[in-house]
Amino acid sequence: MLMDTILFYAFAALVLGGGILTITCRNAVHSAISLICSLLGVAGLYLLLQAEFLFAVQIILYVGGIMLLFLFVIMLVNLDREAKERQFSKRWMVALAAVAVVGAEIAYFLYRGRDAFHIAEAGGAVPVAAALGNTEMLADSLFSEYLLPFEIASLLLLVAVVGSVVMAKKRI
Amino acid sequence: MHPVTTIHYLALSAALLLIGTVGVLTRRNIVVVLMSIELILNAVNINLVAFSHALGSINGQVFAVFVITDAVAEAAVGLGILIALFRNKETVRADEIDLLKW
Repeated sequence: MLMDTILFYAFAALVLGGGILTITCRNAVHSAISLICSLLGVAGLYLLLQAEFLFAVQIILYVGGIMLLFLFVIMLVNLDREAKERQFSKRWMVALAAVAVVGAEIAYFLYRGRDAFHIAEAGGAVPVAAALGNTEMLADSLFSEYLLPFEIASLLLLVAVVGSVVMAKKRI
Repeated sequence: MHPVTTIHYLALSAALLLIGTVGVLTRRNIVVVLMSIELILNAVNINLVAFSHALGSINGQVFAVFVITDAVAEAAVGLGILIALFRNKETVRADEIDLLKW
């Protein structure tokens, strides 16, 4: 239990530190590398929550796929003068104030509702991952109960592939 | 030391969501704006998986899979738009793209 707590705080520090560095770095490549740290921290949290399949998907898809795409585009549209200029928009104070208000609201809700979240912890009996593996249960659910959303997601990916090619190509 | 409960994960997820929102609203570089959107989607995923763990149900993880699918589609299309934009306007700054503004 103590080990879990230490690991949680380590991963949380990784996630939040990486996130803050992502939005403050001047250089877009540094931002991308900080984002990789943050996403790896999220993957670690999945492992702590016994979601092994999502852990693997997170590393393969996010760190391997999406970040490669980001780095590729950064190289493609890289401007050296970009890093020397103003990084934040002029009205950043307004944005920060709005986010502070929303943050206070969320914090208040979490504080007021903190006792309502002990649904599972109080009982102590968590039936997940007893007989079946995590991947097996996820596949069972995905291919029976959520079959239609799964197919729609595949259609979405097809549209995204065609759309990004159409966008990025000079002449069709 | 307190044991880690669902509320810890929710607080972490809320913090990550706020960091991502600040990035979307304040950064000028569109690539970093897209990265901040990834941060927001990851915050959502932490919430879903934490509740899936707390309730002993697999449904939250299934939804996390769908959210990841959406994030991939969004990144692909967004970066495609960014490349087309850069070819035509020679800029990746959000406040210089004001063709529809008057």
